[in-house]
Amino acid sequence: MANFTPVSALIGGALIGLAATLLLWLTGRIAGVSGIMHGALLQRRDGWRWLFLAGLVVGAGAWTWLAPPAFAPRLGYPVPLVLLAGVLVGFGTAQGGGCTSGHGVCGISRLSARSIAATLTFLLTGMISVFAVRHLFRIAS
Amino acid sequence: MTRAAAKNASALAAGLLFGLGLAIAQMVNPEKVLDFLDVSGNWDPSLALVMGGAVGVAMLAFRFVLKRGQPMFESEFHLPRMTKVDRRVLVGSAIFGLGWGIGGYCPGPGIAALSAGSVEALVFVAGMALGSVLYQRVAAPRG
Repeated sequence: MANFTPVSALIGGALIGLAATLLLWLTGRIAGVSGIMHGALLQRRDGWRWLFLAGLVVGAGAWTWLAPPAFAPRLGYPVPLVLLAGVLVGFGTAQGGGCTSGHGVCGISRLSARSIAATLTFLLTGMISVFAVRHLFRIAS
Repeated sequence: MTRAAAKNASALAAGLLFGLGLAIAQMVNPEKVLDFLDVSGNWDPSLALVMGGAVGVAMLAFRFVLKRGQPMFESEFHLPRMTKVDRRVLVGSAIFGLGWGIGGYCPGPGIAALSAGSVEALVFVAGMALGSVLYQRVAAPRG
């Protein structure tokens, strides 16, 4: 557990909870990133979804700019696998109606049984696929 | 400022704060996410604390917010109507988890990682859009 970073994890997590609260309080919307993305792609008229997604990029970019060693993009990971991962995540979150933010943060905060079941499920299959990628197929990362 | 403009500004502000939180927590680093899911390897529990911190704040604050009856710049709260556990949510979440464990990105961090000029994140986000459209075309319930 040498790579455990509890303080930044808690601070970052609290900010995410604050952001979800802000969105619900001001706009009445659940801060589920996959739901917001699927909605944006379905070309709903209101632009708030695209603005939220743009905020994600700029907000994360601001931190990378303020604290340059914060994040360097991963290089050398097989691109076809990344594409496959994206397709599965896009498809699965559309079908399952949420991801780590919508089900994992907002849904659990509302004690939704559906979201708790969803979160346990994607944690479990996530662990299985990491095991396969890292330990069975030994794909470098 | 009109109500619509206030709503848009609020969404942008929430997105900024969300992205900042993801970056501070290092969730934009896919290896850190994989280290959390890799329970049989060199396990990094950080992601559990990110979720714990977020849920801790939201669980408390949502109560106060939802007591207000209506949001500031909208006429009503848009809360998910589905609360039951069914096959659809389980299968969809299982597929999402498989992809999450392969790439190390879930939707928020994948999009936020675009900020660092990560080509990989761009490929991931394009894949997500493809998967989303694919679902709408072939699998979404009609009606």
